[in-house]
Amino acid sequence: MIVLTGLAATIAGLLLAAWVFRFFGRMSGRPAFRDMGMTSAFGWMLAVFLLFWAVRLYFFVDGAVFFRWAVQGFILFAVMAFLFRLLGRYLGTAATKRLFRAMPLTASFGILTILLYAVVAIFAGSIAPHGQEEIFARVNILPGGNPEFGGDPAFPLGTDQIGRDLLSRLIFGAQNTVGIAFATTLLAFLLGGTLGFLAATLGGWLDQLLSRMVDVLMAIPSLIFALLLMTIASAWAGSEQGLLTLYMIFIIALIDSTRVYRLARAVGGNIVVMDYIEAAKLRGEGMGYLIFREILPNAMAPLLAEFGLRFCFVFLTIASLSFLGVGIQPPLADWGTMVRDLSQFINFAAFSPLTAALPLMAAGAIALLTVAVSFTVDWMLHRSSGLKE
Amino acid sequence: MKSLTRIVLHRLFLGLLTLFVVSVVIFTAVNMLPGDFAQAILGQGATPEAVASIRRDLGLDQPPVIRYFQWLAGVIQGDLGRSFAQANFTSFTGTTSGQSSVMGQIAPRFANTMFLAGVTAAIAVPVSLALGILAALYRNSVFDRVVNIATLSSISSPEFFLAYILILFLAVLNPLLPSLSNIYSDMGLGERLERTLLPALTLTLVVTAHMMRMTRAAIINLLASPYIEMARLKGLSPMRVILRHALPNALAPIINVIALNLAYLITGVVVVEVVFVYPGIGQLFVDSVKNRDIPVVQACCLIFAAAYILLNLMADLMSILSNPRLRHPR
Repeated sequence: MIVLTGLAATIAGLLLAAWVFRFFGRMSGRPAFRDMGMTSAFGWMLAVFLLFWAVRLYFFVDGAVFFRWAVQGFILFAVMAFLFRLLGRYLGTAATKRLFRAMPLTASFGILTILLYAVVAIFAGSIAPHGQEEIFARVNILPGGNPEFGGDPAFPLGTDQIGRDLLSRLIFGAQNTVGIAFATTLLAFLLGGTLGFLAATLGGWLDQLLSRMVDVLMAIPSLIFALLLMTIASAWAGSEQGLLTLYMIFIIALIDSTRVYRLARAVGGNIVVMDYIEAAKLRGEGMGYLIFREILPNAMAPLLAEFGLRFCFVFLTIASLSFLGVGIQPPLADWGTMVRDLSQFINFAAFSPLTAALPLMAAGAIALLTVAVSFTVDWMLHRSSGLKE
Repeated sequence: MKSLTRIVLHRLFLGLLTLFVVSVVIFTAVNMLPGDFAQAILGQGATPEAVASIRRDLGLDQPPVIRYFQWLAGVIQGDLGRSFAQANFTSFTGTTSGQSSVMGQIAPRFANTMFLAGVTAAIAVPVSLALGILAALYRNSVFDRVVNIATLSSISSPEFFLAYILILFLAVLNPLLPSLSNIYSDMGLGERLERTLLPALTLTLVVTAHMMRMTRAAIINLLASPYIEMARLKGLSPMRVILRHALPNALAPIINVIALNLAYLITGVVVVEVVFVYPGIGQLFVDSVKNRDIPVVQACCLIFAAAYILLNLMADLMSILSNPRLRHPR
């Protein structure tokens, strides 16, 4: 109740401030104020209010540790993205320089983050201080590395309930979670793309058969279908945990290949009617040549954007499955499972912020990558649609 | 008018056909399980005689096609079979509780899930429409860019990330709302709403972003049309141009997107229910997946798929009904 009254009072105050702001703005005689509506005056006041609130929270409230971390992280990434774009403008070939010159900050943030993840994922073995399955004698070491508060400098983020180093598992998570998602997406594209192009070039009964099958599979929500198939796969795999992860890759690739198939068939269908395909057919080229040398290069742009989006979906599905306990299986370190295992620590936020941040780090690692990919894809789509106009 | 009924009936028929095929797919998938139900129920103490007797009891000795139609007939009459976990429990304790039927387990939880989805929709739809209209009105401004970045980030984040962020700020650091949504049947509406609010807010964050972006895109698509130009030249205010002239024509895609997002809610509900321990159908589904309680998995899957198909069908019909050109096809 108090919250609601506070909210109402704030809005009323902001409306009053907006009116005053506009009134005095008009006295100055600037045309921008003359045409200003009440909503945009309110918007400006709201922005100023939020800015003040954020500054107050950042500098004067002791308990707002998480907010401070979030702001610092935001500024860090913004500065890094800016520097990365600056670097790109002066280094490299003329084409990449031109690319970086017209790039918004969000896109340079996206590309930089994807590169960082790729580096961490590839060199996880040499970056991580310990192995992902290595078990140490001391369990439940608190994060922070301070022995007075139950930490240990050798384990900056502490150890979990059976004594595995959490920092190493977080780093290896990049290799496992991202690597598996990437492999799954590739498989989905291989399957869906090939079948889609085949359906587009051949048409006829094959097209009908495949399209109706895809229709049926797409009528079941993907996470639900994945969970159903994982139940069956877990019965098949028995106690072979590694086998279950392999089955998961195939299951999600199959489900997501239906979406790829749709796109590949639609894009392929537009290309197949072109004159140069006709010419290639008259030359007597085979099906493989048609698909890989004629259709694929011309369908590259939409497929690449779709690859980014599809990767996001696959990555989120795998993370969700692991979070629900049926995805990537231990002893492989993986972010979804880590979030689930560490989630109870969030209740200690008031006493030990760093401990409470552990599940958020794993979840944030997932979110950061998907956000970065989305920003990059958004920019790519915007660019390709902008070039057409 | 006659052609309209025909279109609607045609779509309804297609929807039913899809549902039928989906039920076949689910049944086939479940029957690919190794071993069988009887062994799964008996576990370690599976003697051949006991297995045979349970197989006879559950009708497992019949061919799959007959079993499929028996299952389908049961489903249509509201009988979804017996839950393994509960059957197991009953065989150990020797008592029959009323919960051993899948229907008895699902029915109350289904109502809870619908309640959660309803609360979410009640918050998300107005908010996303308002935000979408505002973003279209102030397109390419600072506000538009901030909203664009914020929504893109919230679409891309996993549901559990948003859920834990909300728990951290609204339940742990500032104890405003309970972080566990345990709901009982004899709970007052006010308390129920309070416990549901946090999961509903999480789902709202996920769904609003998409709906808002589509609303904005649908309106902006129309702004280049000559009749909008005309309205602007008449001297109408930008707000009036959008609300009175652009919005009615953008309604078809917007309704479509709202229905699709409600369908998406069904998938999102699973993860969110697990995070908040909300006693809905999604949590039951995940628990049954872990316990390999096949009849419940099968039934939940069918319900989710049916709701998904139904909402997609609604989206389809609504977009036909709201567009005169589709209503009277040449």
